Amino acid sequence: MNDPEATKSTLRELFADQRLAVLATREEGGQPYANLMAFAASDDLKTLLLVTGRATRKYQNLRADPRVALLIDSRSHQVSDIHKAVAVTILGDAEEVSGSERDCLLSAYLAKHPHLEQFASSPSSALFRVHVRSYYLVRRFQAVTELHVRP
Amino acid sequence: MSLVLALPRIGLECRAEVGGKCFALAEMERAGISIPETLCISTQAYERYITVTGLRERILLELSRKTFDGHLGPNLRWEELWDASLRIRNMFLRTPLPGDLTTTLSDALETLFHQRAVAVRSSAPGEDSDAVSFAGLHESFLNVKGVESILEHIRVVWASLWSDAALLYRRDLGLNVADSAMAVVVQALVSGERSGVAFSQHPNDASQAVIESVYGLNQGLVDGAVEPDRWIIDRATGEVLSHVGVARDQALVAGAEGVQLEPLPKELSRRPPLTTQEVTTVFNCLRQLEGLFGGPQDVEWTWVREGSGTPSGLVVLQSRPITTGAVGEPDDERRWYLSLRRSFENLQSLRQKIEGELIPDMVEEAEVLAAQTVEPLSDEELAAEIDRRQAVYDGWVDVYWDKFIPFAHGIRLFGQVYNDALHPDDPYAFMDLLAGTEMASLARNRALEQMAATIRDDALLAEELREWLTHGGGVEIDEAFQHRMDAFVNRFGDLSCAMTGGGRCAGPSKTLIKILLEMASHPGARDHRSPGEGHARSRAMMRREFLDQFEGEERERAAQLLDLARTSYQLRDDDNIYLGRIEAEVLTAVEAGRDRLERRGVVGVESFDGADVAQALRDPNFVPKASSGDERHSDGFVIRARQLVGQPAGPGVAHGSARVVVSPGDLADFEHGEILVCDAVDPNMTFVVPLAAGVVERRGGMLIHGAIIAREYGLPCVTGVPDAVLWIRTGDSVTVDGHLGIVTITERKEVAASEPRSSSEG
Repeated sequence: MNDPEATKSTLRELFADQRLAVLATREEGGQPYANLMAFAASDDLKTLLLVTGRATRKYQNLRADPRVALLIDSRSHQVSDIHKAVAVTILGDAEEVSGSERDCLLSAYLAKHPHLEQFASSPSSALFRVHVRSYYLVRRFQAVTELHVRP
Repeated sequence: MSLVLALPRIGLECRAEVGGKCFALAEMERAGISIPETLCISTQAYERYITVTGLRERILLELSRKTFDGHLGPNLRWEELWDASLRIRNMFLRTPLPGDLTTTLSDALETLFHQRAVAVRSSAPGEDSDAVSFAGLHESFLNVKGVESILEHIRVVWASLWSDAALLYRRDLGLNVADSAMAVVVQALVSGERSGVAFSQHPNDASQAVIESVYGLNQGLVDGAVEPDRWIIDRATGEVLSHVGVARDQALVAGAEGVQLEPLPKELSRRPPLTTQEVTTVFNCLRQLEGLFGGPQDVEWTWVREGSGTPSGLVVLQSRPITTGAVGEPDDERRWYLSLRRSFENLQSLRQKIEGELIPDMVEEAEVLAAQTVEPLSDEELAAEIDRRQAVYDGWVDVYWDKFIPFAHGIRLFGQVYNDALHPDDPYAFMDLLAGTEMASLARNRALEQMAATIRDDALLAEELREWLTHGGGVEIDEAFQHRMDAFVNRFGDLSCAMTGGGRCAGPSKTLIKILLEMASHPGARDHRSPGEGHARSRAMMRREFLDQFEGEERERAAQLLDLARTSYQLRDDDNIYLGRIEAEVLTAVEAGRDRLERRGVVGVESFDGADVAQALRDPNFVPKASSGDERHSDGFVIRARQLVGQPAGPGVAHGSARVVVSPGDLADFEHGEILVCDAVDPNMTFVVPLAAGVVERRGGMLIHGAIIAREYGLPCVTGVPDAVLWIRTGDSVTVDGHLGIVTITERKEVAASEPRSSSEG
C-alpha cells in the first residue's frame, strides 16, 4: 500500500473505467459550485482534461479562480458502495489551453469521448487542462492515501 | 420459496435453500427412517433478516476494513479475524428479528413444538457435501425451550456463519464470504439413553465400518468429554471384528436448559452401551443410509427406550457424506490457529502447567543466564554464547506459541460467554471486567511513578539527575535515591537495561533517568486504574451483573470461567515480561559483542542483529546483507497516508505528536502527551505508556499486549494498522480514534525531501 506505483495503477484503472467526474469550482463571494463533467486523464497522472461551454457558470468561475476540486469514484448505486467503491478527490489548478496545443490535447480528450466531438470542437467550448497537485484516494470506506505531485 | 419448511415440502429443488443437513433429513423421512420431528428455517429467512436490518452491509464493512473485494485479504491477522467475528456475533445478538419474520417463524415453531425442548443446528448450503465438510465449524444448541429462546438461538447459529474458524475455512476454499448464507434445522430434542456416531466406512480401511457409543447425549462424545466404546465391523459380512470397551463415570444429559455432565450409575460404568444385536441394528441402518445417499456416511444417532417417547428405538439425528478429498487441507498455520479453540477443561489444565511449571522455569532460566558473565569469554566463545542464548530464547518462543498463546483463548471464551449473556453495546466491555488484575508491568510502572514523585518533591535531586544526564554520568546522585534505582534495576532492571542494550547497564541507565524526569515534570500524568478505587467498584458491579445471568451450577461455572479469563488476561502481559527477561540476556551477550566490534572500528555495528554480531566475531571480513531502501518516492510523486484503518482496541480519541518507536533507543526521548506508534508493543516498552496519550500498533487484535496495556490506562488505541511505522513519522500530528479504529495524520512534520527517514528524528 505504501508503494506509489500501486497507488498510481489504482488511479489509472479508476480513470480508465470512469467517464465522469464531479467538478467543484468557486463562485464570486466563495460559494462552492459543483458539476458533472466528462474527463480524460494523462497517463502520467499529472494532468486532467475537461471541456466546458464558455457561457457557463463554471467557465466564469474557472476564469476567476483556477483552483478546483474533482471527485471521481467507482460507485454503482448499491448499499455495498460503502465498502466497495473507490473514490479519489483531486486538487489542482485549471488552465485554458489554446492554439496547436489545444488541437493536440483535444484529440486525446476525444479518444475517450468520441461522441462529444461536436460539442468539444465547437469554437464556443473551452478546453481546460487541470494541473494536479494532490490526490486523496479513499478505499474501503475510510482508508485514505495521499499522492502529491512534486511542484 | 418459503421462510420455514416442513420436511415433506423439501425436494431437490430447494436443496440450496435448506442446506445439506436439512435436505438429508427430508430424504431420510421419505425413506421411512426414524428421525426427530424437524422444521427447517431456510436461507431466505436469513437473507431477509440481514437485508431488512442492514446487517448485510455492516458485516461486509467489518470484513473489508483491510481488503478490496468480498474475499478476506491476506493482511488480516488471525487475531483480527477473531475480533471481527466477535463484533459480527455481537451485531447478531443485538439485532432483533423484523416483526413479520418473528410472526412467521413463531407461528410455525409454536405449532410444531409448543413448549417441547429442541435442538437448534446449522445447515449451511455447501456444508456436508462430498468434498467439503464444515463439520463442527458452525454452532449447534441442544435443549432449547420456548419460541423466544429458539428465535434467539437461531440468530446465534446464523452468527456462527461468521465465526473466525468458518471464515478461515471459506477463505481456504476460495469461497466468496459475501455470498454465504445459513439455513437452520430445529429438531425436537430426543433424549436417548444411549447415543453415538458411526462411520459406514472406516476412514483408514475401506472394508470396515466403525460405531462409537456413550450413555446419554451425543454431544459428550463429539466434544471429547466422554470416552466411547468402539466397535469395528466387517462391511461385507456385518460381523463384529473387535470391540474396545472403556469404563466411564459420566454421561451428558439435558438439564433445565442446555446440557450438563452427570455421574453415571455405577452398574453402567463398565457395561457397553450397546448389545451385539444393537450394534448390528446400527450397522444395518448405516447400510440403508449408504444406499439412500449413494456413498459412505458419517452418522449421528441415539437410542430411545421403548415407552419413553416417540419416536423410540434407533433414531438418526443426522447423516452426512464422509469427506474424502483433501480440498482445503489446512496449512500448518491454520491448523495451529484452529487448535486455539480450547475447551474450558483444557484451559484449566493448561493454566496449571503454565503457572506451576513454565513460568517458574522461565524465571530460573533468566536467572541462570544472568549469573553468567560474558566479559571473560574469547571472541569465539562469545560468538558461541550468543548463538546458545539465542537458541534458548527461541526455545521459549516456541513454548510461548504452543502454550501461552493458546491459553489466551481463555479471554476469548469468556468474551463470548459474556457477550452471549449480556449483549453489551461495546463488544469489548468484558475486557474491563478482566482489567485491573495485577500485572508485572503495572507493578513496574507504579514503582516508576513513586520514584518520579520523589523527584517532583526534591528540586536538588532533580538537578543532580539532569546534571548526570548532561555529563553522561560522573555526577554524585543522592545515595538513598541511587539505592532505590538500584533496587528497581534489580527487580525490573534487566528490562530497562535491554532498552539501552545490555552490557552497558552497570548503574542507572540513561533511559531510566530520562523517563523518571519526564514523569516527574508531569504530575499525575496518567494514572493506571489501580485496583481498590472507583474502577474496582464498577468491576465488582460488572461481575455481579455477569454472574446474575446464571443460576446454580451454571453460575459456579461462570465464576470459574471469569477466574480463568482473568488469569489468561494477566498472563498476556506477564508471559511477555518473563520472555523479555530471557531476551534481555541474549541482548546482553550481543551488546558485549557489539562493544568489541566497535572498539575494533567495525562500521555499522549498531544495525547488526545477533547473528550478524556472532558472525562478525568469528569472521573479521564479515559484511551483513544491506537492507532494502525506502520506496515511497517515485518519479515526481510523493505518497503519504492521510487516514489509516486498523481495529478499534481501546475506546477514546487522542490527538498528539507521534513518537515512532522502532528500536529500543527511541524510547528514551518519549515525552508526555505523545502518541506511541510502533510495530508491536513489547513488554519492554510499556514503561512509556503512562506518559502516552494514545497507542498505535501495526499488529492487530484485541489480545495483543499493546491493546491490553492501553485498556489498563484507559488510553485510545488502534491496532492492526498496516505499516504504521512506515507511514507515520516522529513529530507528525496524529489523531487516534479508538472508537472507529482509525488513525489520521493531521499534519506532517516538515522534513527536507532528501533527508533519510529515521525514527529518532526530532
